[in-house]
This record gives sequence, structure tokens and C-alpha cells, in this order.
Amino acid sequence: MTNTPLLLVGIGVLAVGTFSLRFAGPALRSRFEVPERIQQLLAVAAIVLLTALVATSALTDGHGPAGIARPAGVLVGGVLAWRKAPFVLVVVAAAATAAGLRLLGVP
Amino acid sequence: MRSIWRTLDRGLARDIALVCLADGVVGLSYGAISVGGGLPLWVPILLSIVVFAGASQFLFVGIVAAGGSPIAAMVAGLLVNTRHIPFGLAVSDVIGRGWKRWPGSHVMTDENVAFAMGQDELERQRAAYWAGGIGIFVCWNIGVVIGGLAGSVITDTDVFGLDAAFPAVLMALVLPSLRDRRTRTAALVGVVIALVATPFLPAGLPVLLALLGLLCYRSDKPAVEEATR
Repeated sequence: MTNTPLLLVGIGVLAVGTFSLRFAGPALRSRFEVPERIQQLLAVAAIVLLTALVATSALTDGHGPAGIARPAGVLVGGVLAWRKAPFVLVVVAAAATAAGLRLLGVP
Repeated sequence: MRSIWRTLDRGLARDIALVCLADGVVGLSYGAISVGGGLPLWVPILLSIVVFAGASQFLFVGIVAAGGSPIAAMVAGLLVNTRHIPFGLAVSDVIGRGWKRWPGSHVMTDENVAFAMGQDELERQRAAYWAGGIGIFVCWNIGVVIGGLAGSVITDTDVFGLDAAFPAVLMALVLPSLRDRRTRTAALVGVVIALVATPFLPAGLPVLLALLGLLCYRSDKPAVEEATR
């Protein structure tokens, strides 16, 4: 069904491109002495990105909202994490909440 | 490598193992979805080894299986992976220097970056980053092979709530960093920007746009205050 050479080109460029994106940071940082304040800002940048990733992957699906079951599961996991519950519990509770709600027919 | 395992305490090692296991299960569904969608087995497996970035892989096989062009799938995948540039800048010291930058960059994922940022000493950050990266790489690829071979048996891991487990994992990992008020403000502004942008922009861009939240970050507090905290 699919054009194999074109598929290989797509996969190849995605692989090389993705590696380059990942390698860019370490490659740049090894050339320059980065001031303390910039280093701190970069660490905060990673946290900002990860937090945004949490929010978008919890609340959205494609270009629309993600329904109710998934955000509810993430919320349960988040509250447990905030209350310093063991990590295992956070993960299992989040998945179980979402799965349970879906079993009950909640989207 | 041996020093990595010595630095990891049991709690951290257990957390990392759990994330690796969960990633393996998601890999299982990715392999099954790809083959179930009509793609030959080598496609999901090759992507997992040479690209190794879950979100972009799901996007790639989704577009191609739906009859889309592999070139469009590639562009979409690259867009989603642009967040690795700022990640790489942030964890560059954690990865280390010399030859280690090559494998270290390849195993960069949201999860092990978050694990590393959650530790306060460089030694522990390194251990968490490498153990997480290698562990996830191994588990993810094993999962993909098994899922692909199992074909269309398990195509919907949403039934098990795994789609909720992932944001929860990342949230648990970043929460400690958000105790700092200035970081929290920047992150919350970033979240709002990303959510508002999601309906209008291609996948991957809204998260990157969240970096604008950094404009609200004030790092000019005197160092003394940090020390006494």
C-alpha cells in the first residue's frame, strides 16, 4: 500500500532530524562557557516545557479537548503526587481512574 | 556505568523501573496500532530504534497508515520533536562530554529529562538521566516488537487508562521543581499559552510556545536569598 523508498526517506530524515535536535543542546553548550544565570534559566525552561507537556497531554487530544476520563485520572495522580504518595501509587491511580471512568461510559 | 547503579538509591531505581515498564506497555500499543493499521512490521520497529521519540512515532504511523504522505508525516514528527533543543541545552552537563554526548542525546526523552531535573546533585542527575534513558530505550523497543508481532490484538491502551498515566508521571516528576514560586509562575503562564494555542497550531508548537512563560521569570533575586532557603 505504501511507497517503500519514500517511507524510508521519511523515516531516515525524521531520524537524522530528531537526533540533530537532541544533539544541538550538548553540542552548543560544549563550545561556549555559559553564565550561571543562563544555566539557571535553561533549567527553568525545561520545567516550563515539561509542565506545558503535562497540561496539553492531560487536557487536549489533537486540536480539541481530551474528554473527562483522562483529565480526571491525571488530577487524581497529581493530587496523590502532591500529597507525596509513592510514585507507583500515582501512576496506578491515574490509570485506574481513567480506565474505571471509561468502563462506566465516561468519555 | 557501574557508578550509575551505585548512585541510584532504591526508591529512585524503583521509580525509574516503573516508568520503563509503563513505556514498554505504550510501546506494545504503538506496535499493535501500526501493524493493525496496515503497515509492515519493520516500519514501527525501525522508527523506534532510529527515531526513538514516542509522540512523533505515533504521529508518523498515524499519518502514513491513514494514507498520508511519509514526507508530511516526517515534517509533523520533526515539529513535535523541536522541544528536544531546549531540553538538550538544559541537560547538556548531565549528559556529559566527549563520546557520551552521542548515545546520551539519542536516549533523551521527556521522562528521563524530568527525572534528571528532579534531582539536586549533578551525580544523581546523571544517574537518573542515563538509567532512565537506557531503560526506556530497551523497554520501549521490546514492547514495540511484541506489540507488532501481536498485531491487532491490543490496539487501544486507552481502555487501561495509560493515556492518563503518562501526564501523571510527568506531573509527579516536575512537581518538586514547581515549589519554587518564580518557576511556578513561569510554568503556569506557559501552560495557559500552550492550551490557548492548541486548537490553532500544529502538534508540537503549542508546547514550544510555552517557553514565552520564561518572560515572567525573574532571576534577579540576590543569591543570598537562595542560600538561606
